[in-house]
Order: sequence, then structure tokens, then C-alpha cells
Amino acid sequence: MDIKFSTGRHTLTIYLCGELDEYVADNARQKIDDAICQPGITTVVFDLSNLSFMDSTGIGVLIGRYKKLKARGVPVCVKNVSEPADKIFKMAGLYTIMPKVK
Amino acid sequence: MDYINKMHLKIPALSLNESFARGVVGAFCVSINPTLEEINDLKTAVSEAVTNCVVHGYQNKSGDVQIDATLFCDRLEIEICDFGVGIENTEQAMQPFFTTKPDEERSGMGFTVMQAFMDEVQLFSKPQQGTKIKMTKYFGKKGADVDA
Repeated sequence: MDIKFSTGRHTLTIYLCGELDEYVADNARQKIDDAICQPGITTVVFDLSNLSFMDSTGIGVLIGRYKKLKARGVPVCVKNVSEPADKIFKMAGLYTIMPKVK
Repeated sequence: MDYINKMHLKIPALSLNESFARGVVGAFCVSINPTLEEINDLKTAVSEAVTNCVVHGYQNKSGDVQIDATLFCDRLEIEICDFGVGIENTEQAMQPFFTTKPDEERSGMGFTVMQAFMDEVQLFSKPQQGTKIKMTKYFGKKGADVDA
């Protein structure tokens, strides 16, 4: 899995590319946590256009980041959700905590 | 109904092997022309089952994961098993959000994903002997397209 970041004025966009499963989960958590602890971020957006695979381990990773950010009052959104990720998001009800934006 | 193909795979219980296992099982079904969505459903369910073997069955210690699959013109029947610690209460284990490892950010959605993405899911387990998950995925009407 490849994780890229781009920072706007207040928004941190996190691009999850490849497959998010148990094998890459710890590394993904670490990388994302390092990025989201930067000061001044008011919104985090996950761009999932290139997330080709995700399972329940991935649900755990995203909910874990959501909880950390929620504790700091930072909302989390998703955009460009790939088809495989969309199916998991709908099934797990993830859009209710991480709404889709354009 | 006669089967088209059979496979048997034995791999060490490593999280690295999750992508290998789901890739192999996905490729195994290609001959009956499933849709991309059907293949993704199947790969997700296989990934969940193998993750369970690695993380729960063997608690990240060494062991083998065994996969047996039979392909028919309209479906795949697959069994994924480990010889690890087993599950005391299988009914509880299958409940959405139930997890034995809440401190590890586990979603507790593994079995729920398998049930949502496959047509039949059965769980067999004996404490200290291991766990077997038996699943069936039907492939739309694609079976009719397979050459006789």
C-alpha cells in the first residue's frame, strides 16, 4: 500500500493507494497518525480513488483514525471512493461517520 | 452436478499470505467468467477468513492455513481452516462488532463481511483443535455462459 498526503490551507488529504489489509495495517496506522498530528489541520479527507481492496481490518484502521481526530474536534470525510471500498463503507455504515464529499 | 475444478492450498499463517490467498482464489474462479464485483466479494471474504486464522486462530504464532475450493459452473464452495486455538462460543463470535481484541482497533466485522459478501457461511470450531469456515458464492447467471 502506498500512502500520499497533500496539505491545503487547513485540509489534509490522505490518498490510500493499493490494498488495505492486515499485512499493511500497522504501517498505514503509523504513517497516517504521523501526518494527522500536525497542528492547524481542521479537516481530514481520505481520497479512496485508488484503494483497490479493503477488508474489515481496514474498517478498524479508519475507525481508529476517526476516533483520534474526533477527540480533537477534526471532522473526517472521504472522496472518490472506489467501488470495492464503497461496498465495504455501505455495509459497515461508515458513511454515517465519514461523509462523502466532492 | 459435476465440478469443473478443485484446488488445495496450504500456506503458513502469515498476514503476507492474505493477499496471496485471495488472489489465488480469485484467479481460480476466472474460468466461469464471474463479474469483477463477484470476484471482489469473494476476495474480501477469503481475506477475512485468512485474517481470522492468522490473528485469532494462531494469535500471530506459526501454523498452517488450509484452503480447499471446488468450482462448479454456477458457484464456488470453499473451506478455510486453521488448527489453532478454536472458538468457545461461535454464535457470539459471529455477532457484528464482537471482538476479542478491542485494544487493537479490530472492527469485529469479519464474519459480518463474510456473511454479507457470500451466499452461505458456516462456522465450525473446537477449542484447542481449530476452526473451519465453509462458504459458498453463487455467480449470477454466468454459469449458463460456460461452454459445455
